[in-house]
Amino acid sequence: MSVALYRIDDRLIHGQVVVGWGQPLNIGFIVLVDDDVATCDWEQDLYRMGVPPEMEIIFADVPTAVRDHAAYTGDKRRGVLVTPDISTMRRLVEGVPEISDVNVGGIHHRAGRVPRLRYVFLTPDEEGELAAISGRGVRVTAQDVPNARQVALAEFRRLKGDEPAT
Amino acid sequence: MTSSTADIDAVARPRAIVAGHGELPQGLVNAVDCISGCGAVFIPLSNYGLAGSDIEAKLRQLADEHGIRVFFTDLPGGSATIAVRRLMRTDSSLILITGTNLSTLLEFVFQPDAPVGDAARHAADKGRATLVVTGDDEPPASAPSENR
Repeated sequence: MSVALYRIDDRLIHGQVVVGWGQPLNIGFIVLVDDDVATCDWEQDLYRMGVPPEMEIIFADVPTAVRDHAAYTGDKRRGVLVTPDISTMRRLVEGVPEISDVNVGGIHHRAGRVPRLRYVFLTPDEEGELAAISGRGVRVTAQDVPNARQVALAEFRRLKGDEPAT
Repeated sequence: MTSSTADIDAVARPRAIVAGHGELPQGLVNAVDCISGCGAVFIPLSNYGLAGSDIEAKLRQLADEHGIRVFFTDLPGGSATIAVRRLMRTDSSLILITGTNLSTLLEFVFQPDAPVGDAARHAADKGRATLVVTGDDEPPASAPSENR
């Protein structure tokens, strides 16, 4: 599979994705799946400026990403697919049964969210959505950067955000 | 450097925000203060633990509060840089300098009377010029990308 990482990250394209994961995985393309960004040229230009010239960035809404998923996985380059939130990833997973792993990379503090890891804050509804993804046989883990410990959903749902950094 | 010691107030008041990853902004501003005593020219902001929208809101709040138009960030593709670009969408008077290093900030500090656009350009030129490799006569086989 040439999509090396399916990531939920509310910052979308940023240093951790482009450099932190992009360098060690030798990423050639990023698929940014966001229904709003997919319809906004200005937002796309903004994110395009954030990636190096040798890295392609593909913008898609969820139906397009579901439709084109086979093309992503058939690409000879390695890629990262990123969504801004859990619900977008859930819709994608429901449309693409081949997705076997989902990385929770960054969901930051908001009113109503409870800290689970230092980079993961969740509402009860969001926890339910992650559980629904997991219930489809998808392995859901949290890991912000490649050399950090992978934390399984069952574990980080019990945490309170005060775990050691690695 | 274009040095001016006549206007201490101008050197001491916040004129720019330094935003980026981890403790780098605070560290850079601390280093500026150690060298020049003018760390107060900059307001540091770490993106640590903040969503993109929160970074943008915090930058906007600090800029409005202090009348700041100049932003220094670390990575061109980092979340702080993207947040500043969002602010620039609605305010064309803002100025962004990415790839910031210590020399960049020091150059900016000592141009209190220059128009901020000129000061920012001089600072970027200075910072770029101070990246020097010493001790290897052979050029690298392939240069790393600058656009991160």
